[in-house]
Amino acid sequence: MSDHRAGPTLTLSDAVKQAILAEVPKYPEPRSALLMALHFIQAELGHVPISVQREVAALLGLRPIEVREVVTFYPMYHEHPVGKRNIQVCVNIACALAGARGVVRGLEQRLGIRAGERTADGAYSIQEVQCLGSCGTAVCVQVNNQPFIENVRPDGLDDLLRTVG
Amino acid sequence: MTLERYLLPPDGADWRSLEAYRQTGGYEAARRALHSLTSEAVIEEVKASGLRGRGGAGFGTGQKWSFMPKPGGPKPTFIACNGDESEPGTFKDRQILERNPHLLVEGLIITGHAIGARAAYVYLRGEYVTAFQTLSRAVEEARAAGLLGSRHGGVERDFDVHVMRGAGAYICGEETGMIESAEGKKGQPRKRPPFPAVYGLWGCPTTVNNVETISQVPAIIRRGAAWFKTIGTPTSTGNTLYGISGHVNRPGVYELPLGTTLREIIEVHAGGVRNGHRLKAVIPGGVSMPVLSAEQVDVRMDHDSLKQAGTLLGTGGIVVMDETACMVRAAIVIARFFRHETCGQCTQCREGTAWLYKLLRRIEGGQGSAADLVTIEQIGGYMEGQTICALSDAAAWAATGFLRRFRPEFEAHVSGGRCPLPESFEP
Repeated sequence: MSDHRAGPTLTLSDAVKQAILAEVPKYPEPRSALLMALHFIQAELGHVPISVQREVAALLGLRPIEVREVVTFYPMYHEHPVGKRNIQVCVNIACALAGARGVVRGLEQRLGIRAGERTADGAYSIQEVQCLGSCGTAVCVQVNNQPFIENVRPDGLDDLLRTVG
Repeated sequence: MTLERYLLPPDGADWRSLEAYRQTGGYEAARRALHSLTSEAVIEEVKASGLRGRGGAGFGTGQKWSFMPKPGGPKPTFIACNGDESEPGTFKDRQILERNPHLLVEGLIITGHAIGARAAYVYLRGEYVTAFQTLSRAVEEARAAGLLGSRHGGVERDFDVHVMRGAGAYICGEETGMIESAEGKKGQPRKRPPFPAVYGLWGCPTTVNNVETISQVPAIIRRGAAWFKTIGTPTSTGNTLYGISGHVNRPGVYELPLGTTLREIIEVHAGGVRNGHRLKAVIPGGVSMPVLSAEQVDVRMDHDSLKQAGTLLGTGGIVVMDETACMVRAAIVIARFFRHETCGQCTQCREGTAWLYKLLRRIEGGQGSAADLVTIEQIGGYMEGQTICALSDAAAWAATGFLRRFRPEFEAHVSGGRCPLPESFEP
């Protein structure tokens, strides 16, 4: 994953631009490609800074606010940098019943930050998230939109952190 | 009758590839529909089957299709397939998407034929990365085999399937919120009328169906409506995917006939309540649906029976809680969810979800008063039937449902000044 703390001069890479343009013909209107475009951007940069929002607006023929209101409406998009490994823990009902609070607390202790924060070196952040759709294998954790890590328990967090690197 | 599964492959079988799916008889129903059945005949067969939507509302699928304009109108028509699956306690569509994706593609082809759609857009929640990859691969395979695209399946029509991703907002599972989102906007639900069958995706007539609903269609076409109606109850036909989670020994997704009793699902299929504990409460169909108490466990899991029991089938996502669980804490977790997920456009919902959460927190912390319990009921009343979509109703039902079903436990928090179940799970 590339460094997403490189500063305010981040721009759309050619690869991401091409991916976005390839997405556009699937829809009657280019605007419909916006959510996928933002996923492509975030996969590369780790977040979707304002400078890049302006670029994607121009690419899809939108006003910058039409991009920003989408970036800020959807929980999966980050306008500001999160940790290089953004650890999301589901705290909804099935995961809560399986001990999600203990998982969050264990991560907070190990990383020295609270949920919603990022470590000083930018390596990790923890987020509490709503139901991930993995209730039968609670507690569910997702890191950087990778496949789910399932059946997580407070006593398995050292292994989990080793896995995410 | 013996249980017959037609949605999910047997354990250990891999049906994800086109070749494997075809070996099970896959795409025969689509071929038959495209070459031997008129659009009207497909709609009539699905109507006759009694199939009802599996996304939560349980509306008649064939009836919904019949609202679409006749093919050949001035605007193209679309299928918006709802794979947002973000109702807490619900993880069933993921099973189809990850384990039997061609079943959905085949169902989309048949649905597209029935309503004369130009294309289907499958909207998957953004967190489902594995499902997105699996379904995208199946769509590519089907396109390469000529089952999708121009003159698909050898007929004089074009039909394609596109897979798109949401980005973590629960409200995009609401049908018009999903349509807004698919258009690249905030997922704020639209006022109705006009309904999607008139004004849907990009202003064109659109049918919105859940992933599991569409995946029921190939079996109906292949085996016939009469066969389908032998499964389930007279008003809730066919198998469904019950997802069961929480305090049970074998949580998971079970394909069973509609009308199976809650007791059978918990005790036989899910292996009973964990660690020999006693059952206390069950949410029957995702957290939007009012909770049931242990005494109601013999209820049949179908639309009519659950309505009589004071709740609804919803998504069939069952959440089981044993006697260790504090009901105020459970209500807090759910209220926190709705507070987070309200889209904010209706005042009753935006403000009501926040206040319900605050009041429940206060009660759980031992600072609540008897008046707070009355206020929860009042706020719930203001939130029901007052807003553009049903999120507000769901938030109200969940909170008042816990309060009404477990009032003594709420009152014990107030009178004792603390949670009477300190060993409960934490919210």
